[in-house]
Amino acid sequence: MSDLFLRALLQENLALSFFLGICTFLAVSKRVDTALGLGLAMILVQSVTIPINHLIFNGLLIEGAWGWAGLPEVDLSYLKLICFIGVIAAIVQILEMALDRFVPLLHQRLGVFLPLITVNCAVLGGSLFMVDRRYSLPESVVYGLGSGIGWALAIIAFAAIRERLRYADSPAGLRGLGMAFIVTGLMSMGFSAFVGVGAP
Amino acid sequence: MTPEHRKYLTAPLIDSNPVTLQILGICSALAVTTSMATALTMSIALTVVLTAASALISLIRRHLPSSIRLVLQITIIAALVIVADQILRAYAFEMSQRLSVFVGLIVTNCIVLGRAETFAMRNPVWPSVLDGLGNGLGYSLVLMIVAALREGFGAGALFGVQLLPLASEGGWFTPLGFMLLAPSAFFILGLMIWALRTGRPAQIEPDAFPRNDTGAEEAGR
Repeated sequence: MSDLFLRALLQENLALSFFLGICTFLAVSKRVDTALGLGLAMILVQSVTIPINHLIFNGLLIEGAWGWAGLPEVDLSYLKLICFIGVIAAIVQILEMALDRFVPLLHQRLGVFLPLITVNCAVLGGSLFMVDRRYSLPESVVYGLGSGIGWALAIIAFAAIRERLRYADSPAGLRGLGMAFIVTGLMSMGFSAFVGVGAP
Repeated sequence: MTPEHRKYLTAPLIDSNPVTLQILGICSALAVTTSMATALTMSIALTVVLTAASALISLIRRHLPSSIRLVLQITIIAALVIVADQILRAYAFEMSQRLSVFVGLIVTNCIVLGRAETFAMRNPVWPSVLDGLGNGLGYSLVLMIVAALREGFGAGALFGVQLLPLASEGGWFTPLGFMLLAPSAFFILGLMIWALRTGRPAQIEPDAFPRNDTGAEEAGR
């Protein structure tokens, strides 16, 4: 389990080795405090949606899931995309309301970022990987937590580097986006050096 | 096709390329570019989905209530992506295995939703189709260039056809394994943006801290 957690966190980091959520990663990383907010929201959403999608996929969509109703040949797994997107949008909405009701302080901080997460491909990607790799329920809980924390770690570190980079005198054509890509590439190299961490 | 229509098709190729200028759809642009074949499949899938989604959304744009338009757009896109995914599974199963989750991720590809929201919602069907097609082709262009570089230097091959003789088989070319790893995609795209912006200075982002003391030097550049 700790093996899986570390792998999702470092070596198979969603942002840096699978390029998931890179659009948001580049767009919302100009300041560390916004990156922190988005990262926290991501951890929360990721660790809730992946287990729930796991339950929905294995309970309703997978081949043979309707066996108890006398329909063992029904295979709805092609509906997983539309289903996962719906679940993610709904959970983000519910989380937003729940946070507003019970932890208003956190809601104030994360409020603007939660809707952004609905269209973040890292969330959908995490759920699709969970199906692809056939994780069990405990594994998907661990994977959700690990991949969420990994993504948050990447964006916070990147934002911190980027804040300093604004003072750098880089070539005009490389300013902004070009430089952001090069830095992400360097970070990705750094993270790929974690191969083997946590391996038995 | 009027000149104005042609502009919808050609502008996104270089001048307002969705990947290098608008930072849209980068996730998949990087992940599937380890070989030309996967990049081409992904490009075709995205272009078809994008064109069809733009056409459909533009067709019903007057009937979409604005409060639920995002949900409806996502549903339309997801339905199209499911069709594309199923077709790939049926006729090119091996390819769909190699693309793993990335075909499914076209749903959250920001190009599709971005074009639907900014263009197809406000324009008639024909321009929207052209705009969708143009953006799809602009995305494909970037993908093919990155893939050609990565597969060319990483394996000495294009479309799986060995062009450079490998050192392990008696040739002279030692493959650069690094090109097949994730970081190289970031570097190639970063350098591509640099090259593009050197050619088109209008795309250069403003300096956050312009140097006032060397104003003459700045003007001279």
